[in-house]
Amino acid sequence: MAVSPKKTPMREQPPKERIKNFNEVPLGYTPEEAITEAKRCLQCKKPPCVKGCPVEIDIPGFIAKIKEGNFKEAIRILKDKNSLPAICGRVCPQEDQCEKDCVLGKKHEPVGIGRLERFAADWEAEQGLMEIPKIEKKTGKKVAVVGSGPAGLTCASELAKMGHEVVIFEALHKPGGVLVYGIPEFRLPKKIVEREVNYVKALGVKIVCNFVVGKTKTVDELLEEFDAVFIGTGAGLPWFMNIPGENYTGIYSANEYLIRVNLMKAYLFPEYDTPIVRGKNVAVIGGGNVAMDAARTALRLGAEKSMIIYRRSKAEMPARIEEIERAEEEGVIFHFLTLPVRYYADENGRVKEMECIKMELGEPDHSGRRRPIPIPDSNFKIPVDTVVVAIGQSPNPLIPQTTKGIEVGKHGNIIVDENTGKTTKKGVFAGGDIATGAATVILAMGAGKVAARAIDEYLKTGIW
Amino acid sequence: MAKILKKEILAPNIKKFIVEVPEIAKKAQPGQFVIIRIDEKGERIPLTIGDFDREKGTVTIVFQEVGKTTYQLGLLKEGDDILDFVGPLGRPSEIEKFGTVCCIGGGVGTPEIYPVARALKKVGNYVISIIGARTKELVIMEKEMKEVSDELCITTDDGTYGMKGLVTDALKKILDTGKKIDRVIAVGPVIMMKAVSELTKNYNIKTIVSLNAMMLDGTGMCGICRVEIGGETKFACVDGPEFDGHLVNYDLLMARLKTYLEEEKISLKLFKEKMGIQ
Repeated sequence: MAVSPKKTPMREQPPKERIKNFNEVPLGYTPEEAITEAKRCLQCKKPPCVKGCPVEIDIPGFIAKIKEGNFKEAIRILKDKNSLPAICGRVCPQEDQCEKDCVLGKKHEPVGIGRLERFAADWEAEQGLMEIPKIEKKTGKKVAVVGSGPAGLTCASELAKMGHEVVIFEALHKPGGVLVYGIPEFRLPKKIVEREVNYVKALGVKIVCNFVVGKTKTVDELLEEFDAVFIGTGAGLPWFMNIPGENYTGIYSANEYLIRVNLMKAYLFPEYDTPIVRGKNVAVIGGGNVAMDAARTALRLGAEKSMIIYRRSKAEMPARIEEIERAEEEGVIFHFLTLPVRYYADENGRVKEMECIKMELGEPDHSGRRRPIPIPDSNFKIPVDTVVVAIGQSPNPLIPQTTKGIEVGKHGNIIVDENTGKTTKKGVFAGGDIATGAATVILAMGAGKVAARAIDEYLKTGIW
Repeated sequence: MAKILKKEILAPNIKKFIVEVPEIAKKAQPGQFVIIRIDEKGERIPLTIGDFDREKGTVTIVFQEVGKTTYQLGLLKEGDDILDFVGPLGRPSEIEKFGTVCCIGGGVGTPEIYPVARALKKVGNYVISIIGARTKELVIMEKEMKEVSDELCITTDDGTYGMKGLVTDALKKILDTGKKIDRVIAVGPVIMMKAVSELTKNYNIKTIVSLNAMMLDGTGMCGICRVEIGGETKFACVDGPEFDGHLVNYDLLMARLKTYLEEEKISLKLFKEKMGIQ
């Protein structure tokens, strides 16, 4: 029987409808659709997809179970390696990881591995199931995990499964890190994050919110109570361009814009108390996933015009193709080869105009992408009432600044041994964006796993 | 969760809570603040730490009811819980023996300057304090300020108590006596801190102000609290909240504080209607 060349289609909300709500856009597979898609998997003997997965999921394994209709076993295989499958199935860049190396993908569209992962995780939730895996005997050792984002949650759950006592310290009032403040509701419903966090708690992990390590207690103080510390505090320091007028009212960092909407639910103001300015002419500066999230959020907040202002061309955009396509479908306007140089405000100090300059592409820079060069005298102005600066984030400096002995790199990232997550301070490990700079959820999870293994080794042997 | 142990009404629309938060009480320093959220739908707001008791494990917050959240906060009773309470945030005040210091509290800035004045006195400074309010019934913490100051001057705009005038009038009077002041610390409405700084510039006195920028996370993640200090952008939550008063762009701060004026009015109106408050 011939294999279908395309992935089994997945229903989604149509663009005109979905910009009026914050609900998920792709609606998931039905069991029949999932089995159909699972049948496309060639069940390769030496699966390259597994190598492409940062947490080494047994991909053909779980897909085979879906094909059989044994969804319970499929999710068990998934959770053996990945404690947050409902999240990864939604936000992983599968096209750069497992699906990129799929053998079927050489000739046709790869197997929809991400869609199947999501299906299995959502199926388990719908059944009201939450199977707890086997937990090793208690070791009597205690580990403090700083940060409840993907790195921290994963490190904590792995350590808990190994029998260690784990406490996660989270600075915000809700756990999840970037999962709860950064990724919008329409890409990752917060109910799902809550469910995944509850799973981590069910493994025995304690989560303490409203606790800022570095302020409420330092890492050194934690080391007096705990046998090891894992730092997963992420890259939450927003970048600004430092151009004239950038402090006018109405100009936000992407972090602020997204925290208001995603974490504080400002789109439900005044039922929820946190406000947000619902701009009509919104400009989002940047070309990554965060910029796409901000531009699509602006539409949902009622923007008449939501624009992406990017200094390179479409081909160089770092955002996932899927996110760019969704943004285009929804009506986001893309201004490529454009760079803001200055903002103008009205008499109340509110931004009203953005002056930009046109760019052209020159030789590649250190990132391998062609360097954008301003075209002299090409300045022009765009009317705006809201600007979101989504040009990137740096590792949060609080912990390095308040902990003696932790070495950081040029960009504030904590220096770690790639194979163990060890920092330069005895007993302290780190992983995720705090070590790599802003990256992905799945890479942070991979780092959490690597560190958990090394922490377990350190706690058992005492050898640093 | 933070339990309210004691509630006191200091003046019309100015309330004081003593809250049980042992870990914050252990670490709190003068000049620092906390961020609180009353309930699940609430917003996060910063409140300066007015006092702390490391033994009892408590922190004191004093707030003025100006918007929905502070009005809602003011309705809480002893025994109630505040859902989220995080700190201590911000950089502590610089407490050193400077010599003679002048601590100025305007309105609800007085409970904020109190721990600073106390700490400065403890390390051997001669403390001259000025506290100002619009009218007699809004003068708060006179007794506490007297205990930590070598000299205390009270001003009211309408002259119903103490000296008639603004805190800057009292400050100018002191400066004109020729007394040497080594440092001025002023906390209060932006317009007051601006006026104090403009005055002390003429006398070349180092002046520290505590900027009440809007905040969201309070840990340096979002940038809403951006202020301009000497032309450079700083985050009030992690670089401040205290800054050199002569370098602050006050007009920018005042403009940024108005970002949500419309939304704030709506929130407060709806809340007052719901609670039947005038």
